[in-house]
Amino acid sequence: MDKALGNKIPEFNKKQGESGGSGLAGLSAFGSGDHRSKLETIVIVLVAVVIIGGTEILLRLFNVPQYILPKPTQIVTALFTEWHFLWPHVVVTLYELLTGFFIGGSIGFILAAVITQFPFVEKVVTPYILLLVTTPMLALVPLLILRFGFGSEPRIIAVALASGPMVMINAATGFRRVDLAKIALARSFGASTLQIFTKIRIPMAMPMIIVGLMVGSIFGLLTAIGAEMVGGAEGLGNRLTYYSALIRMPQFFAIILMLATIGISIYIFFFWFGKKWASWEA
Amino acid sequence: MTKIKMAIDSATKFYETRSGSVHALDKVSLDVREGEFLCILGPSGCGKSTLLWSMAGLHSLSAGEIKLGSETINQPHPEIAMIFQDANLLPWRNLSKNIALPFELKSKQPDQSRINSLLERVNLKGFENKFPRELSGGMQQRASIVRSLAVDPSVLLMDEPFGALDAFTRDEMNLLIQEIWMETRKTIVFVTHSISEAIFLADRVVVMSARPGRIASIYDIDIPRPRPVDIQTRPDFIARVLEIKGSIDHGRGAAAGLAIT
Repeated sequence: MDKALGNKIPEFNKKQGESGGSGLAGLSAFGSGDHRSKLETIVIVLVAVVIIGGTEILLRLFNVPQYILPKPTQIVTALFTEWHFLWPHVVVTLYELLTGFFIGGSIGFILAAVITQFPFVEKVVTPYILLLVTTPMLALVPLLILRFGFGSEPRIIAVALASGPMVMINAATGFRRVDLAKIALARSFGASTLQIFTKIRIPMAMPMIIVGLMVGSIFGLLTAIGAEMVGGAEGLGNRLTYYSALIRMPQFFAIILMLATIGISIYIFFFWFGKKWASWEA
Repeated sequence: MTKIKMAIDSATKFYETRSGSVHALDKVSLDVREGEFLCILGPSGCGKSTLLWSMAGLHSLSAGEIKLGSETINQPHPEIAMIFQDANLLPWRNLSKNIALPFELKSKQPDQSRINSLLERVNLKGFENKFPRELSGGMQQRASIVRSLAVDPSVLLMDEPFGALDAFTRDEMNLLIQEIWMETRKTIVFVTHSISEAIFLADRVVVMSARPGRIASIYDIDIPRPRPVDIQTRPDFIARVLEIKGSIDHGRGAAAGLAIT
C-alpha cells in the first residue's frame, strides 16, 4: 500500500483545486496550504550563501578579471558607492512602469469587464487582443520614438501596450466564470446590476484578475527595460547598455541586482494581494 | 378559512432554446395559504424549480400571474426569501459576512441581535469567522437558512435545499426546519423530489407532472406535529408514500423517476 496515501484522511468530497482555466501563473500559490517550514527557509538561505560565497572565493582563487565577471563584493560596493548615480534611473524606470501599467491595466480591466457582458463582441475582439498579447510590444518602440521623441512617453505607451492586453485576457477569463446561482442569490435579496457586479462578479473574478495584474506588470517591466535600451538617455535599461559599453561590470551587475529586486517585489506584492483577496479559491 | 398568502394564477412558462421552445409550466394555478408548509413534489424537469424561481421574482412568466397579497410578483420582493440548493454561500466571505449580505445590499446595518439568536438557534455560534469551505454541507445550509431568516421575510422559498446532503444530515435538517417553522409560522414553499421528505414536512403536498409542468394532484397531510424522524418507518406513513408514488406512476407509466426515500 502506498504509505503516503495510507496516512491521509480520505476527503473525497473536497475539490482538488480546480485547475481549469487558471491562466498563466496558476493560483495554487495563493492557497493557505503548505507553509514553508523553518528547515526549508534555512536551506534556501544556505544555498544563496554557498553560491555567492563560492563565486567570491572562486573568482579570487582564479584571479578572474573584473570585466569578465565582477566579484559579489565589488557589485555590492558599486551598488552602495554609486547609489546616488543609479537611484534617479530607478525612479525613471519605476515611473514608466507604474504609469504605463496603471494606464494599460485599467483599460484592460474595464475592457474585460465590459466585453464579457457581450459574448458576440468578446468573440470578435479576442483574436486582436491575443495578437497584442503575443506580439512583443518592444518591436513598436522604434516607431513610438520616431513619433514621440526620446522622452518617457514612448516607453510608457509600450509598457501600457504590453501589460494592458495581459490584464485584459486574464480578467476576462475571470469575468467569464459566471455562477448563475450566486447572481440569482444576490438578485433575490434585491441587488441592483451594479451591486451584482461589485459584490459577486468582481470577487469571483478576483483570482484571475490578480494573475493578470501580476503577469501584466512583469511584462511591463520587461518592456520598460527593453524600451530604455532602444533609445533615450535614462532609466535602468539605458544604464545597462551604458555600463556594458564602458565595461564597468560591477555597476552593470548592480543594476541587474536592482532589476531582480523590482521583479521580486512585484511578485511578492501580488502574492500578498492574492493571499488577502483570493485565498478562498485554493 | 385561512388567508391566501400567495396566489398563482395560470402560470405558464416557455423557455426558448436552440432546439425549440420548452414548455416548462402549463397554466399552473395554486393558492399558498398564510403560515402553511407547502411541498412541491415532482420528477426532475417537471417545472417545480421554474415555478419556485418565478414565485421569487427571479424568472418572468410567459403568461399568468403570481401575487403576494395584492402585489404582483415580477421582481424579487423583500417579503420573500429564497434558499437555494447547496447552500449557495459566497466562498470569499466568512459566515458573518455571508449572513450580512442581504443587509449590505440594502445599505442597512445587520440586525446583529437577531442574527446572533438565529445562529444560536441553529448551533452555529462561534463559527462566524469560518469560511464556507471550512464547514460541512449541513452547516453551510444552516448558515444559508440564517441568512434568509435574518431579514425576517414572511415567505420562505426552498429549492431542494437538502438534496445534496447525506441521509442523516438530511433528517437533522428536516427536523430543524420543522422546528423553525413551528416557532415562526412563516409560509414555506419547499421544492423536493423526495416523497417521504415532502410528507414529513408538509401540510399539503402538491404533486407536479412533467412536460408540460402542471399540477397532477394535491394531498393534505394531517399528521400532528412535531413529527419525529422515525415516523417515516410507520405503516401509515409508508401507505401515504405509496399512495403518492402510485398516483405518479399511474400518471406517467411504470418507470417513475421518483425516489421513495
